[in-house]
Amino acid sequence: MRKAITGHKAVAEAMRQIEPDVVAVYPITPQSEIAEYYADYVHNGLVRTELIPVESEHSALSACIGAAAAGGRVMTATSSQGLALLVEVLYIAAGLRLPIVMALANRALSAPINIHCDHSDAYLARDSGAVQIFAESAQEAYDYTLMAQRIAEDMRVRLPVIVNLDGFTLTHTVQPVDLLEDEVAKKFVGEFKPFAPLLDVEHPVTWGAFAMSDYYFELKRAQEAGMEAVPAVFLEVQRAFAEVSGRRYEGFFEAYKLADAEYALVVLGSTAGTAKVAVDELRARGMKVGLLKPWLWRPFPGPAVAEALAHLKAVAVLDRAFSFGTMGALYEDVASALYPLEKRPILVNYIYGLGGRDITVPQLVQALEELPKIRRTEWALRYIGLRE
Amino acid sequence: MPVRAARAAPEFVPRVRHPLERWLRTDRLPHIWCSGCGLGTALSAFLYALDELGWDPDTVAVVSGIGCAGRVAGYLRLDTYHTTHGRAIPFATGLKLAKPDLHVIVFSGDGDLFAIGGNHFIHAARRNMDIAVICVNNFNYGMTGGQLGPTTPVGARTTTSPFGNFEHPFNLVHLAASAGATYVARCTTLDGRRLQKALVEALSHKGFTFVEILAPCPTNYGRRNRLGEGLDELRYYREHMVIKHGADPKEADIAPGKPFLVGKFVDIQKPTYLELYQAKAREIGGEG
Repeated sequence: MRKAITGHKAVAEAMRQIEPDVVAVYPITPQSEIAEYYADYVHNGLVRTELIPVESEHSALSACIGAAAAGGRVMTATSSQGLALLVEVLYIAAGLRLPIVMALANRALSAPINIHCDHSDAYLARDSGAVQIFAESAQEAYDYTLMAQRIAEDMRVRLPVIVNLDGFTLTHTVQPVDLLEDEVAKKFVGEFKPFAPLLDVEHPVTWGAFAMSDYYFELKRAQEAGMEAVPAVFLEVQRAFAEVSGRRYEGFFEAYKLADAEYALVVLGSTAGTAKVAVDELRARGMKVGLLKPWLWRPFPGPAVAEALAHLKAVAVLDRAFSFGTMGALYEDVASALYPLEKRPILVNYIYGLGGRDITVPQLVQALEELPKIRRTEWALRYIGLRE
Repeated sequence: MPVRAARAAPEFVPRVRHPLERWLRTDRLPHIWCSGCGLGTALSAFLYALDELGWDPDTVAVVSGIGCAGRVAGYLRLDTYHTTHGRAIPFATGLKLAKPDLHVIVFSGDGDLFAIGGNHFIHAARRNMDIAVICVNNFNYGMTGGQLGPTTPVGARTTTSPFGNFEHPFNLVHLAASAGATYVARCTTLDGRRLQKALVEALSHKGFTFVEILAPCPTNYGRRNRLGEGLDELRYYREHMVIKHGADPKEADIAPGKPFLVGKFVDIQKPTYLELYQAKAREIGGEG
């Protein structure tokens, strides 16, 4: 069923079909409409979810953690400063292995205050232990919200999953989105199976207990095992999703015209759509260029990225956030992935689009056209669209 | 790109410029508030109060949080700070402790001060921190599109309570009084002069002071609750408000369609945090 809807509505529709037991959420631009749509579903009786309009994002995720530990399927959504406020408990959700799925409407972090898109919020949660997926379109945001639920709840994983969608660019723009029939979506997501729930009073358990130097390390290693399981589960879930939807997401990233390319961009989120146009323009002029767009960012699929980029002459990695004092986080991921190779492409790192600064096709064309002139990988940031 | 120098304060020309313009960063105007919103009246009353007090602007600092009311800080030609959501009071506390001679005023909204920042409010009141807190209460999160907040009355419709709120709201007057505020008043934006008087009293009162300003939000709260335009909300205030000074704060609940109290509820003196701190420092042999 194809509908013209915003990214907000696409995420809210996926949530309606998933029908979590609890949604705890606090308003923040540009996420608020996800909560508003969901509130309508709750109050119109379309879902049996308990909606808790809490007093802050910290409370939102805390309530989700409580509900998840009690044995419920729970979801939330946030953005920017809201993510920053709840990061304390995001680490706890991951450490407790709670499968909470959260939409993150990507928005720049203060200061200065800004409401528009960049990826500084997602980067803040980079090391939290949450799985992170990036969507290029409202369609991908819908599809990956459904898939995220299966990934999070897989017993090999049991981790929170963040589905990133670019604030305003995706959240507020109306796009055609193919929605699954409710029964199909519900069957795909499946019944939630709680693990050691607090509400199982016949089998009392303690959640969140102390672990000092005696066990902390082993527990964190076990958490990493959950992360290590994600790639295999991710591919399985993509295959299962293709069977019910006909939409084939194959792999950890989209490799757009990459197989025979000499030069390429690596970019997260909606900018990939712009980058495809740039790639097409240069292909029409005879330059062999391509694009790698990660869907899965955490865990980072290093070996697969290395394999996909190994044959290139040069690659520009685009980060939509600073990791102040060092290279961009995505660049560092790609550089680490390529390091074990004997022959690797030249790498450059661009910072772009901060605080909603527009990124255009000509800018990406220029970045690709400059790649053949770059002689070696340098430890230096470059910028797109910055006035200096 | 060359950096533009800050514009000089406009020369005050009687009868040509608005008398409040000297308090405003006119280059930031027009403001973002919707037509019919109560924030303009609240800000005007605040500036008239500053005029009346006659303080040197260099001794006044205004701190705001996030939301429509949070925009006030950006419009004032004063030392101002626009904090993250909910953190205006801790910032103001730090400011006051670092520069006790400053008049430190928090100007923010109900969602900012009492949901995400609620903890800070009760502790600043408990300590009797010498700051004034002005809360423009429009009963919802206006900036983000009109969601349910901590002051949304029972039964009121918001974007996250489309069939009416069923949660108990805060009675802010009672909350402030119980947490230890030494001055507590409530006004509506219908009563600009009474509001100005309450603000003058609150700003010049020693200790933690609190003024709740009930304000229309026709775009979000008013529209969803069929309250009409901003002017209709003011008519509602006129018909429902009961002016009563010295009333029991417990009686200051607000329910749709019911009379509600405005006036001065608390006006007491007790030692401020800084006075107690200095006394303790002297007691243990310090300078204070």
